[in-house]
Amino acid sequence: MTQAKLSDCMPQIGPHPGGAMSLETRAMTKTFGALRALDDVSLNVRAGSFHALLGENGAGKSTLVKCIMGFHAADSGATLLDGAPVAIASPRQAQMRGIGMVYQHFTLVPCLTTAENLVIARPDAPGIIYWRAELQRLEAFMDRMPFRVRLDRHVADLSAGERQKLEILKLLYLDQRVLILDEPTSVMTPSEADEVLTLLGGMAQRGEITVLMISHKFREVKAFCDSFTVLRHGRVTGSGCAQDTSIDAMSRMMIGETQLRARAPRLTGEASGTTRAAAQPRLTLDAVSADDATGRRVVDAVSLDLHAGEVVGIAGVSGNGQSALVEVLAGQRALSGGRVLAHGQPFAPRRADLDRYKVFGLPEEPLRNAVVPRMSVAENMAFRSFDKPPVAGRFGLISPARMRAVAAGLIRRYNVQTPSADAPIETLSGGNLQRAVLARELSGDVEVLIVANPCFGLDFASVAEIRAQIMEQRNRGAAVLLVSEDLDEVLELSDRVAVMSAGKLGPVVAVEATDRDRIGREMGGH
Amino acid sequence: MLNTRVLESVLIPLGALLASALIFAVFLLALGKSPVTFLSLVWTGGFSSWFSIQSALQRAAPLILTGLAFAIPARIGLTLLGAEGAVVIGGFAAAAVAIPLVGAGLPTAIVWPVMALAAMAVGAVWVGLAGWLKHHRGVNETISSLLLTYIAIAIVSFLIEGPFRDPGSANKPSTMPLGSDYRIGGMFDSSVHWGLAAGLLLAAALWVLMARTPFGFAARMTGGNLRAAQGQGLPVGRLLVACCAIAGACAGVAGFFEIAAIHGQANASLAAGYGFTGILVAFLARHNPLAVVPVAILFGALDASGGLVQRRMEMPDATMLVLQGIIFIVLLVSDTMYGRLPFLNPNRSGART
Repeated sequence: MTQAKLSDCMPQIGPHPGGAMSLETRAMTKTFGALRALDDVSLNVRAGSFHALLGENGAGKSTLVKCIMGFHAADSGATLLDGAPVAIASPRQAQMRGIGMVYQHFTLVPCLTTAENLVIARPDAPGIIYWRAELQRLEAFMDRMPFRVRLDRHVADLSAGERQKLEILKLLYLDQRVLILDEPTSVMTPSEADEVLTLLGGMAQRGEITVLMISHKFREVKAFCDSFTVLRHGRVTGSGCAQDTSIDAMSRMMIGETQLRARAPRLTGEASGTTRAAAQPRLTLDAVSADDATGRRVVDAVSLDLHAGEVVGIAGVSGNGQSALVEVLAGQRALSGGRVLAHGQPFAPRRADLDRYKVFGLPEEPLRNAVVPRMSVAENMAFRSFDKPPVAGRFGLISPARMRAVAAGLIRRYNVQTPSADAPIETLSGGNLQRAVLARELSGDVEVLIVANPCFGLDFASVAEIRAQIMEQRNRGAAVLLVSEDLDEVLELSDRVAVMSAGKLGPVVAVEATDRDRIGREMGGH
Repeated sequence: MLNTRVLESVLIPLGALLASALIFAVFLLALGKSPVTFLSLVWTGGFSSWFSIQSALQRAAPLILTGLAFAIPARIGLTLLGAEGAVVIGGFAAAAVAIPLVGAGLPTAIVWPVMALAAMAVGAVWVGLAGWLKHHRGVNETISSLLLTYIAIAIVSFLIEGPFRDPGSANKPSTMPLGSDYRIGGMFDSSVHWGLAAGLLLAAALWVLMARTPFGFAARMTGGNLRAAQGQGLPVGRLLVACCAIAGACAGVAGFFEIAAIHGQANASLAAGYGFTGILVAFLARHNPLAVVPVAILFGALDASGGLVQRRMEMPDATMLVLQGIIFIVLLVSDTMYGRLPFLNPNRSGART
């Protein structure tokens, strides 16, 4: 337990009328059935501070802020604003008290303009709105704000980063003086994130607002926050001054005394390097294009060669066509232009081609893309093998016994925690679900592997394991296409990287020849 | 885990039947009738004697087939209301194709298979159309199959009243009668026609198809998660159309037996509502082809006792429809009970967020 003295590292700001407020929780406990989501959590966010709330997935961060916001009623404990206990039973009451939250999902109305979204968010929005007067007031408000979003734009036309800015502006417009941000930068480019966080930090420093930010990114915490609290398994495992605490110390608080995970070992075999250029690519995308339901081009002439024994990483901010590209390769979206080749032969995402060229995939959001939630673990694990021996036996009939036996082997080998092979797969936790998919897709001979955001929402241990499995496939000679919104993941696993922006793929360069900043600029479309 | 799921899928429909019976009892009491009398009449009319059992089984035969016609597409995630139309248009096709064959005096060994195949083919194409529209044009299959039913009934009634009308059918327009030589009789000296055997055979075959073959597995994958099925390279369009076609063929068989065993000619009696009752049968059977059989027999018995109830209790013949409606609504409500029976899910307490 590390408990640095908070007063040492930040200026003392007294209660400030119309300015920042302090936020505290005392001994907050919340249980869901047998699960103790929060256990005696005391959090102290001083007025005018920029406080980071750290923790792994499932550590209780979201539960804590939801208790503060009045989504959940805590079993015991209290919330204090400026030192005085307050009872908050609903998000609306939190809003009246001046606490606002930016959620991981957007809460804006896409078909309305920026101005309309702001005005309708007001609790005192009049029944009849005089837009001329409102717009004048909004212009004046925007002038006071450190960053702005055009008032006449429809939210649907804003980029994800701009929407996130608008979410924050909305809180400021509603005069919320405690801002709770749930991973606000996950949809922004690094430069956008830096801009927004710098400005919020400035406002906090001037004593105008207090910020509590849930984050996974140590870099942001070190760069922008002044204090932090770490949760683990629902308990506070440390808090202190963000500037004086090393990243190592913070991550130890997050994951306990276990070893920080090592990078997956990267072997350099003869398949890599110079010989690669001469060999036939395992998978070739030739000017691949795809449209969305409204006919808008979302993947625009993407060309790419994927060779044996390499990981090609595609980075990019969510919504720039990467998901659509993976959908095209998975047969979930029609190809509207270009072609895909495997070993130089025309490739279609049909079962025969998937088997012939040994193409496997770890799609994002496995519950939506990779499994049938109501079918059993054994059945889900048989998706690749149900129409082949040994699962399909004489007369092509499927033997449930053999299917279960195959699954039992995979469950042991990949350490999938499940009550039984017959349990519906939807009852598994996120990490075990992904392990079950992994077991199905990687247990055979893999030549091409298409991976999309494989570690999204998983805990540290699962992340390490899944990345190691992907790296092992590469080391064994598979050609891996990795599409990920997690830049660290792309940089850790890839041999070559490219950035996708507005449906177009940038140049593919060796990972040694580039760096975060350059990729970050490209992600922003520069 | 598996046992709980199986237990649930037996207990919940049974509970729903019981609850429906109680609600119907209240309905009867409100009318001043005795629920006990009703129950005993259902027993007498449906189960008590060899005669009533035959009568129940005879009515169960088409219900098995139309139940299958709803259950198979349901496994791939489609809600099809097209069975009634396929019964009618399939039955008509059987009657129409029989006219020249009977005229040429061919033996029944040729005429019956040709009639059955024609009924199945036409039914398959008709309902398959709904599947095709769904996959390639994004048309809601429930709406399109229901509309196709009405279109089928309209087309058939036009043909029966027009080009295919037998001049001898003065009061009720019908096609030419098959004649007694070409009528399918009862099985083993009973009055139950061979449609029951066909239904049992198809139910068993379709259970194997859905539960044990790669086709059925792929169909269940597609029904459970279309995107995952696409991701595994499955030909989802062909699977959808195939399941619809199987459904149409089942309903077509029902139409064939209506012609060859019951009516002897195609007329308005073909649209007797078996296609719609089949929906209820399939729901109560949890879309399991084998479970369709006992449920269809139960509904056959209810249907068989309808006349008795009408006469002895002086109630209109819509009484049975009221009972069916109550069962259907209770059944739909009972769907929310899965995974929530406290005594079957001891470890699933507390809220999950």
